[in-house]
Amino acid sequence: MSDQQIWIYVIVGITFLLYIGIAIWSKAGSTKEFYVAGGGVHPIANGMATAADWMSAASFISMAGLISFMGYDGSVYLMGWTGGYVLLALLLAPYLRKFGKYTVPDFVGERYYSQMARQVAVICALFVSFTYVAGQMRGVGLVFSRFLEVNVDTGVLIGMAVVFFYAVLGGMKGITYTQVAQYCVLIFAFMVPAIFISIILTGNVIPQLGFGSKTLEGTYLLEKLDGLNTALGFNAYTDGSKSIADVFFITAALMVGTAGLPHVIVRFFTVPKVKDARISAGYALAFIAILYTTAPAVAAFARTNLINTVNGTAYKDVPGWFKTWEETGLITFEDKNGDNKIQYYNDKNGDEGFIAKAKEQGWNGNELSIDRDIMVLANPEIAQLPNWVIALVAAGGLAAALSTAAGLLLVISTAISHDLIKKAINPNITEKGELWAARISAAIAVMVAGYFGLNPPDYVAAVVAFAFGLAASSFFPAIIMGIFYKRMNKEGAVAGMIVGLLFTSSYIVYFKFINPEANIAENWWFGISPEGIGTLGMMLNFVVSIVISKFTSEPPEEVQSMVENIRYPRSN
Amino acid sequence: MENHQRMKAYWKKNLSYLLILLIIWFLASYGCGILFKGPLNQVQIGGFKLGFWFAQQGSIYIFVVLIFVYVRLMNKLDKEFDVDEKE
Repeated sequence: MSDQQIWIYVIVGITFLLYIGIAIWSKAGSTKEFYVAGGGVHPIANGMATAADWMSAASFISMAGLISFMGYDGSVYLMGWTGGYVLLALLLAPYLRKFGKYTVPDFVGERYYSQMARQVAVICALFVSFTYVAGQMRGVGLVFSRFLEVNVDTGVLIGMAVVFFYAVLGGMKGITYTQVAQYCVLIFAFMVPAIFISIILTGNVIPQLGFGSKTLEGTYLLEKLDGLNTALGFNAYTDGSKSIADVFFITAALMVGTAGLPHVIVRFFTVPKVKDARISAGYALAFIAILYTTAPAVAAFARTNLINTVNGTAYKDVPGWFKTWEETGLITFEDKNGDNKIQYYNDKNGDEGFIAKAKEQGWNGNELSIDRDIMVLANPEIAQLPNWVIALVAAGGLAAALSTAAGLLLVISTAISHDLIKKAINPNITEKGELWAARISAAIAVMVAGYFGLNPPDYVAAVVAFAFGLAASSFFPAIIMGIFYKRMNKEGAVAGMIVGLLFTSSYIVYFKFINPEANIAENWWFGISPEGIGTLGMMLNFVVSIVISKFTSEPPEEVQSMVENIRYPRSN
Repeated sequence: MENHQRMKAYWKKNLSYLLILLIIWFLASYGCGILFKGPLNQVQIGGFKLGFWFAQQGSIYIFVVLIFVYVRLMNKLDKEFDVDEKE
């Protein structure tokens, strides 16, 4: 076993023991503890837990890699996945906390006094959560297979066993406190290599500043990167290639989708007071912002290092990490012009001057393909950082994936035990029975998630667009109008949710699954890609809801006074 | 009835805070980071083009500040209208 592997086993092992220890210490004894951790979580702890819950394998592992290939266009993720918290804090969290139930379908069902509204909400919640959780299990498998050199399937099974243990045993209480620990692990693991690399490249300790500093050669990093990118036929790093309209709509869909995701919303049910719900959204975003402002710096550093290290390098001279990742199939090199060197450039660039220049240099097509997901994981190796840092990144990636998976599994299990069994099928179920039902559904959800981890659908990335689009076009308008528009009735809300849902899903299904060849800007409505269509679906939902509610009877007296009631932290 | 008026005033004040904060939220991200990115990029601060900086750094800092400002404003407002939660 190599030195690096010993480090990884030790660090990952310690973090896992920690999570299990916390789970045993915080075992849930009642449904209230299982669903909302007893409602007594400190706002700072809740902020950390929310941050860990929110930052998934996608944030930790994939996002910086995506940005490093997308440049400016990657901003949609940065703004989209943080700006939603402003909406949450200002428009949702305090009121839902005052409402004081356990789940999002709870709110939708009671506010719109209808079992049907509740069922629509349950289906959305289940769909969104399952698509999301499949991606997490895959992330766990990826980290295990690369770093512990076990096979991906074994990795998924180990991950399942750990999540099973603390989600099924501890419910929201166990999850919350393990997430606090996981936040600390993941943020430390993300920052350490970022700081190291920032120092190496720019001499600045703070990556957010190093990002805008000069490299040791004396040119600004971003200027240099723009130059490297354009010389290889890519768009300038700070420019990007998406249209303004598309960037706008995708950002909006991600923001609104974030604010509508059930596993995020439910976190604000766990704090004692309305006041705490507001401030804990602030803490959550501050904790998230640490990673989200570092990620674009990491992206720029990684891109610079990658181009400098591999482009034009003779294949026999490539560093060790290149070979290790090649074995996993996530880096491939094909020597198209037979010169034994690696040429990495944009061979799809239509500019004739560039094509001529490439020909002249004897380039015969791009020879290197790199999976974007590996940038963060490979980054410490590319920058030649010590082995313990690499081990830390492995533990951080696992913390990110496990914490999000656990939060999602909880939403799935409460949707089943609380919204389906208790509220629809068997209202007379005892407290103890409901707790068992919750545990059993959590267990089944772990198995299903594990199944998707073992047999990943090829379209995980496509389905994530789906999850956000659906959350944006269904939940968000229904909840907002439920709070801010007293006149909104069940007819309007249900019609709006159904229209938003159908519109968004047909657009995505058409372009992603039925006719993927047609998925180009010329065919999109108003130039909006399927990733951004949720924004339009949301607008439709608002319009349909308001129009229909005007023509139907107003909601019953007690519902209106309930809406009145949730608007004030303490009602007189 | 007087109580009713007071509650109405509280809610109105709350909505006006929301409106102002959300306008800033919109300008920081969709405005500076997306719609006006082109002209802002003519301005360079350190190694950053300004529009690019808003899109990848600035907007996020502003989001965080906005929430904390909101919390302060609301805590004060709750006290003023005597709707704050007692310990």
